[in-house]
Formats: sequence, C-alpha cells, structure tokens
Amino acid sequence: MGSYVPTTAAEREEMLAAIGVKDLEGLYRSVPQEMLLKDGGLNIPEGLSELEVREAVTAMAEKNRVFKTVLRGAGAYRHFIPSVVKSVTSREELLTCYTPYQAEISQGVLQGTFEFQTMICELTGMDVSNASHYDGATAAAETIPMCKDRKRTKAYVSACAHPQTIEVMKTYCFASNTELIVVPAKDGKTDMDALRDMLGADAACFYLQQPNYLGQLEDAKAIGEIVHAAGAKFVMGVNPIACAILPTPREEGADIVVGDGQPLGLDTAFGGPYLGFMATTNAMTRKLPGRIVGQTKDVDGRTGYVLTLSAREQHIRREKASSNICSNQALCAFAAGVYMAAMGEQGMKQCARLCTSKAHYFAAELEKAGCTIRYKGEFFHEFVTEVECPNCRKKILDALEAEGILGGAEVDGGILWCVTELVSKAQLDRAAAIVKEVQ
Amino acid sequence: MNIPAELKYSKSHEWVKMDGDVAVIGISDFAQDALGDVVFINLPAEGDEVTAGEALGDVESVKAVSDVICPVSGTICEVNEALADAPETLNSDPYGAWIIKVSPVTDTEELLDAAAYEAHCAQEG
Amino acid sequence: MKLIFELGAEGRGMTLMPECDVPEYTLPEERTAPLHLPHVSENELTRHYTALCKRIHGVNDGFYPLGSCTMKYNPKIDEDMAALPGFTQLHPLQPAETAQGALEVLHTLGSELGEVFGMDAVTFQPAAGAHGEFTGVLLIKAYHTDRGDFNRTKIIVPDSAHGTNPATAAMCGFQVVNIPSGADGCVDLDALRAAVGPDTAGLMLTNPNTVGIFDKNILEITKIVHDAGGLCYYDGANLNAVMGVVRPGDMGFDCIHSNLHKTFATPHGGGGPGAGAVGCKEFLKKYMPGPLVVENDGKYGFEYPEKSIGRVKMFYGNFDVVVRALTYVLTLGKSGIREAAMNAVLNANYMRVKLKDTFTMAYDEICMHEFVMSLVDLHKETGVSALDLAKGMLDFGLHPPTMYFPLIVHEALMVEPCETESKETMDEVCEIYRKLFELAHTDPEALHTAPHDTPVRRLDEVGAARNTILRYTFA
Repeated sequence: MGSYVPTTAAEREEMLAAIGVKDLEGLYRSVPQEMLLKDGGLNIPEGLSELEVREAVTAMAEKNRVFKTVLRGAGAYRHFIPSVVKSVTSREELLTCYTPYQAEISQGVLQGTFEFQTMICELTGMDVSNASHYDGATAAAETIPMCKDRKRTKAYVSACAHPQTIEVMKTYCFASNTELIVVPAKDGKTDMDALRDMLGADAACFYLQQPNYLGQLEDAKAIGEIVHAAGAKFVMGVNPIACAILPTPREEGADIVVGDGQPLGLDTAFGGPYLGFMATTNAMTRKLPGRIVGQTKDVDGRTGYVLTLSAREQHIRREKASSNICSNQALCAFAAGVYMAAMGEQGMKQCARLCTSKAHYFAAELEKAGCTIRYKGEFFHEFVTEVECPNCRKKILDALEAEGILGGAEVDGGILWCVTELVSKAQLDRAAAIVKEVQ
Repeated sequence: MNIPAELKYSKSHEWVKMDGDVAVIGISDFAQDALGDVVFINLPAEGDEVTAGEALGDVESVKAVSDVICPVSGTICEVNEALADAPETLNSDPYGAWIIKVSPVTDTEELLDAAAYEAHCAQEG
Repeated sequence: MKLIFELGAEGRGMTLMPECDVPEYTLPEERTAPLHLPHVSENELTRHYTALCKRIHGVNDGFYPLGSCTMKYNPKIDEDMAALPGFTQLHPLQPAETAQGALEVLHTLGSELGEVFGMDAVTFQPAAGAHGEFTGVLLIKAYHTDRGDFNRTKIIVPDSAHGTNPATAAMCGFQVVNIPSGADGCVDLDALRAAVGPDTAGLMLTNPNTVGIFDKNILEITKIVHDAGGLCYYDGANLNAVMGVVRPGDMGFDCIHSNLHKTFATPHGGGGPGAGAVGCKEFLKKYMPGPLVVENDGKYGFEYPEKSIGRVKMFYGNFDVVVRALTYVLTLGKSGIREAAMNAVLNANYMRVKLKDTFTMAYDEICMHEFVMSLVDLHKETGVSALDLAKGMLDFGLHPPTMYFPLIVHEALMVEPCETESKETMDEVCEIYRKLFELAHTDPEALHTAPHDTPVRRLDEVGAARNTILRYTFA
C-alpha cells in the first residue's frame, strides 16, 4: 500500500491465475536466476507512512537557512512571483499530463506553449522560439551545432559569460569534438580588439552574455558587427527581465538568442528546475533543436495547435539529429508565460526599472561606506566591489549573514552584488551600514 | 507505380536523365509515395561538389526524413529553388520536379533501367 | 478558444509591485521596440488558464498507458514537500553550511538510488533522460580518451532503440552501428559479435527492451562488449519493470541513466521538468560531472571529480524534482520499490492475456511492464490503422498507448498500465479496446474520422509543417 498499488491480495491471485503463473516471482522467469535480488533485497531502509515521510523530509528542509534578504545573483535571481503563477502551475491537468503527442486532448499545453513562444519572441525581438530547453547554459551550448558547417568549425565565447555556462559549453564541445575558444576580458567586458583578431574564416559563432557575468552591459551592437564581419554567427545570452528595458538582441544584430527564464516566475530552488529559451531568425528556424509548437486547422476548420517541424528531432532523425533533446521544461515555460501575462509590458518594465534603480542606489551607498566599485561601465542590476583579501570578504559576508542577509557572490578579488525589486531601501541601507562597520 | 521508360534509376530511388552532358536528378514515384506528404527539402547550393553514393540533401515529411543520394559525381550547375516554396510538387510531379542538375559529370553509380528498377521496387515493397 | 493576446484591453493589468523607494535610475540606452504582452486582469488571466487546463488530459484524469513513459500516479505528498520554502527559497550559491538539508536530500537519494541501480556513484545534474544519456555516453568517451585509446569511435545501438540513443551517440562524436534485433525482439548475439571490435567504445541498451521483453542473454551481451574492450550503458527508461528485483549493475552495465519522472513518480508537467539521474561504477566516478555531494562525519559538502567531463548543466540539476523523487523513495522503501515493479509487470501481463484473443501481440510471451500489439492484420482486413484506433480511444476519454514505437513493430501500439492502476480500470479499458476492434470491422469510417468529441479533431500536421505559424503576430 505504501507503493500506491491498489491491487489487493485476492485480486492478485485472480490476475496471476489468468496469466497462468504461480506467483509474482514467476513473472520474472526469463531473468537469469543468479541476477535476482534475494529476499534480503535492496540495502535501503523500509518505506514509511505518509506522516513519517512528511516529518523526515520537512526535517531536511528545516536544516536549510532561508535568508530574508538576498543580494546574490550570479545566475539565480530571486524575484517577486505573483500568486497566479503557482495557482496555475499547480493545477493537476498541467502537472500530470505528458508531452502533447495526442494533440486533440492536449490543446491546453500546446496553446500555452505557443503563447510562451510568442512572448519570448516579443521579449527578444526574434522571429521564432522553441518550446524551451533545459536551462540557459545548455541552450547556449546547443547553439554551436546550429552554427557549425563544413568550413566554420570553431566556437568562441566571451570570458565574461557565466563561468558555469562556459563549463557547460566546454563539456558539449568535448562531446562533439569542437574547439571552443575563450575571448579574453578587458575592464569587465569582452576585449573587442582581441575578438577582432581571434575570429578567422573558420569561426562558426561567438557567444556574448548581456548583461555579462560581472553585471556589465556590453557594447553588443559593435561586437555583433565584428562577429558578422568575420562571417560568423552572433549568439546572445540574455537576462529576460533586462530585455524589457534594453535594446532588443534583434536590434543588436543577434542571429540566435538564448537565456535562462528562471527570473520569470520560478523559485531559485537550489538551482533547478530552471528554463532555457532559444529564439532565432526565420532563416535559421529549422536549425533550432527541441520541440516547437505550430498553429494549424483541424478537419472542421477550427484553429488548433500541434508539435511541428518534427523532422528535426531525434525520434525521426535518430543519429542524424543535431540534438538528442526529447523534452522541454514545459511546466516551467507555462509558469513563465503566466508570469509575463500577469506582469504585462508595464509590469515587466517596472520590475526591470526597480532592479536597476535599487542596484544603482546600493552601489552608491556601498561607495559611501568605503567600497570601491571595480568596473566603471554601465550595469543592469549586478556589480562588483573590490575586497583586499579573501578574509576581508569573509568578514563582510559573515557580518551580513548574521543579520539574515545573503551577501554578494564571491568573484576573483571581489564581491558580485545583485539587487532585485524584492529588496527594500531599508534593507539596502541596513546592508550598507553593516558593510561600513566591517570595512 | 509510375516508372518512365526513358529514365535511369538508382537502388535508393532517385532517377537520372542525361540531357547532353548535364545529369538531371530527382526522386522516383516510389520514393515520394513512401515518404508521404513532403513538407520541406534541404537543397544544396549551385557550385557544390557532389559524390556518387553520398547524400546531396534530404527530404522531410511530417513523420520521416530521407536522404537524397546523388547517383553521380560532379559539380552542381543548377538547383530547382522553386522546390523550397513548393516541396509538395515532389509528391504531385516527381518526374517533373527535378532537384539538381550536375555538369560536368565525372562519375556515375551503377544505375538500373526502368525494367530492372521495377523489379527492384517489387522486391522492396 | 482565444489566445491570451486576443483577450483583455489596453489599460487592464495587475498591481503587483510598489512604487520605487529609491531614486529612479534610467539606463542611457533603453528599449524602443514595442513589447507586446497581454493586458489582462487577474480574473481574465485565471479564466484563460482554467480554460486551457480543461483542454488537457493528465494522469489525474484517467488511464494513461503510454508505453515507455511510465505514467504512474504522482503522489501529492511529493508536491507538498517540493513546495516547502526551506527548499524553494534556497539560492544555489549560498554557503554549503547553510544548505545542509539540501545536500542531505541529494546525498540520501543518491545513495539509495545507487543501491537500486547497482552503481557506486550517482549525480542528479542532468535535467532529463536524454540529457542523462548524453552524460552517460560522455563518461564512456572520457574513459577511453583518458586511456589514450582514440580508436574507439563506434557505439552499438539495437534497431529497437529509442531515437535518443543514436542521437546521443552522434552528439558525442561517435559513429552509430545499428544492429538488427532477432525475431524475438531481443539482441541478435551473432550480429552483436560481428559488430564488436577494437573500435567499439560501447553499447547502449535498455533491459527490458523497448518491446517489453527481458533479454535473458543480458550477461552474455555485456560480456561480449566488455571482452572487446567496450563499456555498457543502460538506458533506464524501463527500470520500472525491474527495480528492487534486478539491478542494472548486476546485469553487467557500467553506467546508467534513470528517468526520475518515469520510474520515481515525479510529474511529467506536460513534457518537463524531469531529471535524469546518472549512476556509474567506481572506476568511472572520476569522470562524473561535478560537483558530487559527499558526506564526512554527518557534514555534507561538494567534491569535484578529478577528471570530470565537466558540467552538463548549471548548478546541481533539477533539485526540486529530486525532492519529489526522494519523498517517493522514502515512502516506498525497500519493499515498496520491489512491490511497485512486480505489480507493474503483473498489470501489463494481465492486460496482455485479456487482450490477446482479440489483438495480435507482437511477442506472445510473458512480458515485463509493457507489451506491444501490432495492428498490421487489422489494417489489412479493415483499413483501420493504429493511429485510427488510437484516435477512436479519445472519444472514450482514454489516452491512447504509445503509437508507432518501437520501429521494429509495424502498426505498433505499446501499452504500459503501471502498478498504480486498479483491476477494474484495466477491465474497463480492455472492454473499450475490444469495442473499438469491433468498430474497426463494422464501421471503419467512424475510426478514420475519429475523434469526434474532442475540442479539436484531427489536425493538419502537413499544413503546420509546410506553412509554419510558430507565434502569434500582433497587428
């Protein structure tokens, strides 16, 4: 019963008789006997009642510290999540359904995904979006096969991209035997001269994160021009909240746009599940990996939605597919869709402005408290302050922690701060005061 | 199954017509029937080198994708770009909807005449 | 039904955030392109999504026998535990000392699943099954590369394999060698012996296989590959048939992926998020993606394997999915896991014997957790295809089984009831399948044009692919 099996002992007997087998073990007669686990069975604890399970897992949750104020981003951003988001995504139908292979009874998922695809296109300015990818880093890695061809075989990435994104790209390049070259940074941004020198006739693509890992806003348009001059594709990895108030990646010349949709209504949840998105131009549509939903008509002329362009995918192309991806982060994409619908243009812009205003206010307060802002360029909602030594950094972060504040992330010789709309002026003032005391 | 007598065929269901020293290539009626409704064709470019026995592109239907194997080696001198917008003509007119023209032709696979191809199809189907 | 963009009116919205309490900062270069998002009130928004949900059939709605997908019941306690703020509010980069409970979740499930798999190390970093396959095959690649053996360029895959298997091998830079299955649906040992050699990197296999049969030659199979110097990767999609009964590690496999959203009951969410746990034997541990969670004297921390293939995803994987799977595994425990598997196999065999007098079984023998029916004869006699029959099921409120997979069976319908279905449900479903079989003979046209009672009927997939409309276009 603890295994959610409804079958009673009596029913089991009936069924075994119908099958013509003496007992459950008899069903495994084609399994070589020496492989079968004996009655000692698995070396794990026995199952628990629901009450006991609740206690055990809740105890684990209680061993974690939930910070009241979070000033750390670095790829995971705590934002305000409107109540409608979880109200929708906890609905049984959405939660427990599968991939919409039977379109007639899955129109809800398909339409919701079509709406998500539309919103991603609007946010990024691109023509077409897929139904989502695992996360921003894997989406970034999977842009490389989209851009490679017989002559253009090398992939390039800015040193200012999130270190974990670069790591994931390295892993995927190890897999596909692709050379991945990191273009160095200069003053917290991509070194454009180095980029110009490094891109040759065999360059397939260049990946730029905007805003970058250090929070800086790059000169995306100029970089795009350098990349195109070399005949390579320009890939941008963006923050979806920032997209509301920054020039669109399309305007900056991006051929492909990826990113992580976690800020769009998903909890930071210790790293996952998050939400990769991928969008591109009409010309590159068929190169997109992953599922895509399209609009069509049924036999009665009604508008409906289906998974389409399936001939790109693994179940048809098998070893000729450019990606093995079989699924998407459907429920997360739904959450993002609800979030963007609830926020609307006005809300998205307001959220972005709150983030950037509070971040700039906090940076100024930290300067008054004696900190040095390391990079002088414009930033969205993350910035780095210098620390003289790791111990100094530890003192600052410990002092903040003691007051329930998760300080910025550790970067080389500094702290990477992040401020979102969730942090009030009072909390920022308090944080700055603590830093001042410790400095 | 329509198998025009004047054409030559490959075992992988492409047809070839020699127009002087230009090889005109397409897919057979058998091929388009097996594929079902064609939704897209990945075309090569003019000037590309092709090799007999290797894929020159592929054709997609909703449920399948199939390589188009080039029966000859040489340089592509013309591509039927109209297929990009109307791939369904491969279904409605497989012998009129040529895919590429190759000239000069440097090598040819072993090709079947109409009768031999018909026998080959009967075996497969 | 309208798209959300077709609802609402300019000026409608929700009051979600307060005014700015610090001086407003404007960036020097701002977006000028329009940003078209819905202008809806909370009421309109909620009604829209409610209407969408009424057009979805989930496991919670009824029988969902998708072969190879393991659509078992999704326990509600798992959802409650995953929603605990002590999990959802954690930042992945907060200090390990402040996230000991989270690390305990990862470590505990890792060791318990290690036992279930028969493996020595487990990671939860991959986000999905295919992602787990990618990771597992990369372990094999790293192993050979590390040994300086660069000739191992081929991965062997049976022709019955799921499309992700050859796609994964290709993504990892390998050449795929397809070997034909025998008449019994199992690996043809002679074909395998002929295919292995000094260029064999490994074999990808699932057991029970994709036609629901346990390959009794499995020890011989893994031995043949090992003798040739290759490694064996287990596709854990069908683990639900054997967990707690046999361990992949004892079948001779070196690494494995498992779908937490199949075998371990985490909800499918319409196609994700899932989690692809990857396990490996001790000798492959050094190549695992990092970080792995380790425990020393009751304290948890991270460790990066010395020759790691690197990360396959940011952070630690789909953590909140792992929470659900842990809750499930703690609930089932030692006996429950075995019980679940055995009842899954019982249910599949029960349906098989109840249907075999009407439908042609692709393999007429004891099956594991799923079985495949072939409608080739029905198609010849009546013109009704597997697709038609499946569409007919929709009018009975039933989700069809998996269609046209595996490729080695023609007009296939693959049924996987799972252990969480009751005998009455299965009896009812068998009755409906029989009715549809009769209908195929008496009124095939009804099935050619099915479904009739769904919000939309058969959709023009050809049109969708030829004239793609992949987004809504604003005026």
